[in-house]
Amino acid sequence: MLPEPFVRWFAERGWSPRTHQLDLLASAQRGNSVLLIAPTGAGKTLAGFLPALTDLAVRPKKRPGEAHRGVHTLYISPLKALAVDIERNLGKPVAEIGLPITMETRTGDTPQHKRARQKLVPPDILLTTPEQLALLIASADAERFFSDLRYIVLDELHSLVTSKRGHLLALGLARLRKFVPDLQAIGLSATVADPDELRHWLVRQSSLPSPLWGGSIREAGRGGGDGQASPPTPTLRVDPPHKGEGNANMADVITVTGGAKPEITILDSEEHVPWAGHSARYAIPDIYEAVRRHRTTLLFVNTRSQAELLFQELWRINEDTLPIALHHGSLDVGQRRRVEKAMADNALRAVVATSTLDLGIDWGDVDLVIHVGAPKGASRLAQRIGRANHRMDEPSRAILVPANRFEVLECRAALEANYLGAQDTPPLLAGALDVLAQHVLGCACAAPFDADELYAEVKGAAPYASLDRDHFDRIVDFVATGGYALRSYERYARIRKTRDGRWRVSNPRIAQQYRLNVGTIIEAPMLNVRYTRTKGKAGAGNAGSVALRGGSVLGKIEEYFVETLSVGDMFLFAGKVLRFEGIRENECYVSTGGGGNVLVPSYAGGKFPLSTYLADQVRGMLADSTRWKALPDQVSDWLRLQQQKSVLPRKEDLLVETFPRGERFYMVAYPFEGRLAHQTLGMLLTRRLERMGAHPLGFVATDYSLGVWALGDLGRMFESKKPSLAELFDEDMLGDDLEAWLADSWLLKRTFRNCAVIAGLIEKRFPGQEKNGRQVTVSADLIYDVLRSHEPDHILLEATRVDAASGLLDVRRLADMLSRIRGRIVHKDLDQISPLAVPIMLEIGKEPVNGEANDRLLLEAADLIEEAMASA
Amino acid sequence: MNIAAREVTGDGSATIGIAGVRAVCDRRAALYFPDLSLLAVSDLHLEKGSSFARRGRLLPPYDSAATLARLAAVVDDYAPKFVVSLGDSFHDGEGAARLADPFRASLTAMMRGRDWFWVAGNHDPDAPADLPGETVQELAVGGLVFRHEPSKGHAEGEIAGHLHPCARIVQRARSVRCRCFASDGERLVMPAFGAFTGSLNVLDKAYKGLFRTGAPTAYMIGTSGVYPIAGSLLRPG
Repeated sequence: MLPEPFVRWFAERGWSPRTHQLDLLASAQRGNSVLLIAPTGAGKTLAGFLPALTDLAVRPKKRPGEAHRGVHTLYISPLKALAVDIERNLGKPVAEIGLPITMETRTGDTPQHKRARQKLVPPDILLTTPEQLALLIASADAERFFSDLRYIVLDELHSLVTSKRGHLLALGLARLRKFVPDLQAIGLSATVADPDELRHWLVRQSSLPSPLWGGSIREAGRGGGDGQASPPTPTLRVDPPHKGEGNANMADVITVTGGAKPEITILDSEEHVPWAGHSARYAIPDIYEAVRRHRTTLLFVNTRSQAELLFQELWRINEDTLPIALHHGSLDVGQRRRVEKAMADNALRAVVATSTLDLGIDWGDVDLVIHVGAPKGASRLAQRIGRANHRMDEPSRAILVPANRFEVLECRAALEANYLGAQDTPPLLAGALDVLAQHVLGCACAAPFDADELYAEVKGAAPYASLDRDHFDRIVDFVATGGYALRSYERYARIRKTRDGRWRVSNPRIAQQYRLNVGTIIEAPMLNVRYTRTKGKAGAGNAGSVALRGGSVLGKIEEYFVETLSVGDMFLFAGKVLRFEGIRENECYVSTGGGGNVLVPSYAGGKFPLSTYLADQVRGMLADSTRWKALPDQVSDWLRLQQQKSVLPRKEDLLVETFPRGERFYMVAYPFEGRLAHQTLGMLLTRRLERMGAHPLGFVATDYSLGVWALGDLGRMFESKKPSLAELFDEDMLGDDLEAWLADSWLLKRTFRNCAVIAGLIEKRFPGQEKNGRQVTVSADLIYDVLRSHEPDHILLEATRVDAASGLLDVRRLADMLSRIRGRIVHKDLDQISPLAVPIMLEIGKEPVNGEANDRLLLEAADLIEEAMASA
Repeated sequence: MNIAAREVTGDGSATIGIAGVRAVCDRRAALYFPDLSLLAVSDLHLEKGSSFARRGRLLPPYDSAATLARLAAVVDDYAPKFVVSLGDSFHDGEGAARLADPFRASLTAMMRGRDWFWVAGNHDPDAPADLPGETVQELAVGGLVFRHEPSKGHAEGEIAGHLHPCARIVQRARSVRCRCFASDGERLVMPAFGAFTGSLNVLDKAYKGLFRTGAPTAYMIGTSGVYPIAGSLLRPG
C-alpha cells in the first residue's frame, strides 16, 4: 500500500505511519471519498496528502514533448495563511522522500504573472482558497485545467461548511465532478456534532424528496400553534441513504478519538471578579505570572478590541520585557507574517490572538493556552485548547479566564462539557440563493450551460440537494434579467438563451464584472491606518485642510469607527496608542499618541453567540446548588444571595424580575439564549409594551439576560395581568410583530446589501471608491426600499429574509425558547435590584441602543442650536 | 442668522429664508416658495435603474415609478403654479426616451395646468424627448435664480442642485448621515430627489467657496422631519 520511499522515510525517523493515515490511504485507494475526523496534532495534514503523494510517487515520468499535465491534487483551506503554512510543512517530507512533485499556492496575494504561469504550467499540487477555486472554474479553460485532477483535499472542513463560503465551495466541487466524475474528496475536520452531514457533503448527492425550500420569515420564525416548533430556517437535514443503496451518498469516515485529556483550570484569582464587562483587567497580573512560568503561551480572546486591550495591559506590567506579540486579522499582513515567523522560530513567549490563529496552523512549541473571556461554545474551546502541545499523547494545558461573573459560570460549564467531549457545532444550513446566483453566472462565464444539466449538477452539492426547480429557475432568471415581474430588462440580459437552448454570457464585460465580485465575504468597509509624517493642525475638523504625508501602514480599521473620531482623539490599534489626524481618500492618518482618554475600536463580527448547548449547561448549573462547589466563593456567594433576595429559576423556567429604580421601572429576563436572540426579543417586547401603554424607553441585551426599562410600572402591570407575562412572551410575537419590525430594520438592510453584492446586483465596494463618487454610486438601502415597496416577493428579498432569520436575529433560537418557557415563566416583583440583575444594569448606557432612533439624535443636535441661540 | 426664523411645522418640514424669500424645506426633498407659488425639485435622475441595466447592473426597474409617485404627491400637496426641475431630471440623455408610457402619462398629468421648467443638467443637457415643459439653462424669478450647478463665489439668491448634499453628525457616539438642504441663508443647494441617488457630504471639497460661513447649516432629512444642524456640528465622510 505504502510505496517503498515512504516506508524508508518513516523508518529512517524511527516512526511508523499511524493507523488512521493508513486507513485513509486504503479508503482512497479503493476509490472512495473519505472524511478524517481527528483532534489537532494527529498528523491530519500528512494523512490527507498521503493518497496524493503516493499516487504521484508512482506516476510515470513525463515523456519529452508530452503536454503539461494538469493539476493532480487541489488543497482548499479557509485561510490564506493555512495554505502558506501547508506549503512550508509539506515541503519538508516531500523533499526528504525525494518526490518529483511541484507544489504551489494560489491566493489573492499571488502575483498576476505567477497566476498566468500556473494556468500554462500547473503544479501537481495546488494549494488555494474557495474564492480562487471559483475563479478557476469560471475561466474558459477550466475543463482542460482540471482534466487530470484526482484528489481534492478540504482542510478545516468543519469551519468551511457553516458559511456561504462553504456553499460556494460545494458548488465548485459539484462543478469539478462534472469535469472529473471520479474525483475523490478528502475532508479533514475537527470533531463535530454530526459527522454524517460532512460525509454527505463530500460526495455527490442524488436527488432527495421533500424540498425544504421557500417560506417567509413568518413561517421561518413561528414556533407553530400545535406545539411543534417548525424549523425556522431551511435547515439542511439530509436523510441517511436508504438501505440497499449502500453508502453511495456518503464518504467513508475515519475517526481518531482520544489523545491525552487536556488539563484545564479556571483562573482562581484573589482579585474581585467584576460583575460585568469584558476586559478581564482584574486578572492581568495572574495572566502575566502564568506567561512567565511557561515556555510559550497562546492567549486567545474573542474580539479584536479585547486583543488590543489585553496586549496593552500586559505590556504595561511587562517588567521582564518578555517578547509578547499581537496577532489579529486587521493588522498589516507583513506584521502578521513576522509574528507567525517568530512563533515558528520559538522566539516569542506569548501571542495575544483572535480567531485568526484559531485553525490548525502548526506553530512552535506552545505549552499553555490561556483563554480570556468565555469560550461561547464547547467545540470552539476544544479546538483552541488543541493548540497547546501539538502532540496528541501529551495533555494540553489551558487556563480559562472569565471576565465577569456570568462568564465564570459559562467557563465552568464549558470545562465540564470539554471533559464530556460534548460537541455543539451548529447544524448546516441550506445553500444560500445569492451564492447560487453567483455560481450560475460563473458557470456561464466559463462556457454556455444547459439549464437542466446545471440544475442536476447543483443538486449534487449537499447544501443544494433539496433545491426545487422553481427556485433554480428564478435564480437563472435573476442572473439573466434581474428576475423582476416588470420584464423591462430583456434587452439588457446578462446571459441569453441561444438557439441550441444553452445560456451564454451576452458580452465579455459581464465576465469581467463577475471576476471582480467573486466571493462571499463582505467585510465592513475598511480604511488603511497610516502614520503621517507631518502633524495636523490641532483642532482642524476637516482632513482636507491638513497637509498629510504618508508613512508606514499599520493595518486596517473599520470605516464606521473612524467616522466617529475627531482630530486629536486617541485610540488603541496594533498595540499602540495613536492620535487621529484625519482621513484622506481611503486612509486613516495617525501619529503617535499618548495620555488622555483612549478609545478602543469595536469591530463588527467577531462576537460569537453563546451556543445553545452551553447556555443549557449554564442554566442547569444555576438551578443546581450542589454544583456550586466547583465555583469560586465570590460567585457561589453571589448566587446564594440571589436565592435569598429573589429566586433562582429551575433549569427549564424563565425568571422575569421587575423592580423600580430612580424614576423608571425595570424588567430583567434571563433566557440565556445569546445576545442575538435577546436583541430580537428586546425589539419585539418593546414594541408590544409600547402598544400596551407601558412606555418602554429602551432595552439592553447580553448573552445571558435582557433588561427593559419603562415609564410605566411593569411589575404592577404583570401582577394585574394587564398584560400577563404569558401574553407578553407569547410566541405570536414572531408573526406580524416580527414582520412589521423587520421591514424597516437596519438589520434587514444590512443583510440585503450582502445578498445583493454576493448575487451580483451591486458591485463590491472597494476602499475609497465611494468617497470619490458618492453621487454616482447607488446605495443598497435605497434599492432595498424601492424593491420592497414594488416587488416584496422578489427572490433576493426572500434570500435576505432567510439569511436574517438565521444569522442576525437568531429567530429559531428565540422560537425554541418561547416554546420551551410556555407556562414556565416565574415572575418576581421586587422592591429593588436583585444580585443577578446587577451585571445587566451595569451594561445600560454602555451599549448604544441599536439603529432606529436617528431622528431623536438629530433633534438633540438641532436643539443645541436652539439652546445656543437662547443664551446668546 | 436666519436659523432663529425657522419653524418646524406639524408635517415635519422646516421654513427658512433664502435671500429674504420664504422657503419650505419639505422632508420629501422638495423646496416650496409659498410667496411665489413655486415648487423646486432637483436631480430626479429618472431611469437610473435602466441606465445601470444597460451596463450589466440589473437594478430594480422601479426607481422612476417611486420617484414619480413621490413627485406627484408633493405637487398635489402644494398645488404650485410653477414647478422647476433643477437639472439631471433624467440619468442620461436617452432616459426620457426610455420612460415607459404609463410614467410618461403620469408625468404629463402632473404638468397639466401649471408652468413647468426643465433646467438643463450635466446628465441631460438637452430637452427631454416627447415631454411638454420648457427647457432652460437657468431661470430667474423674484430675486432668486435657479440653475443646476452652483456657481463659484458669491451668488445671493441662487438655488442649485447637482451636488446631492448630505451631512453627518456624531451624537452619543453614533454617526447619523442623511440627505440635507445646505444653506447659509444667501444661497441653497438642494438634496437629490431621485429614488436611487447617492449623496456627497457638504464638507467635501466640491462645496468649497460656496457658502460665506464656510460650512453651511445642514437641514438634515430624518425619517419624520427636517432638522437644522449648525455647520460647526457637521463631520466629514
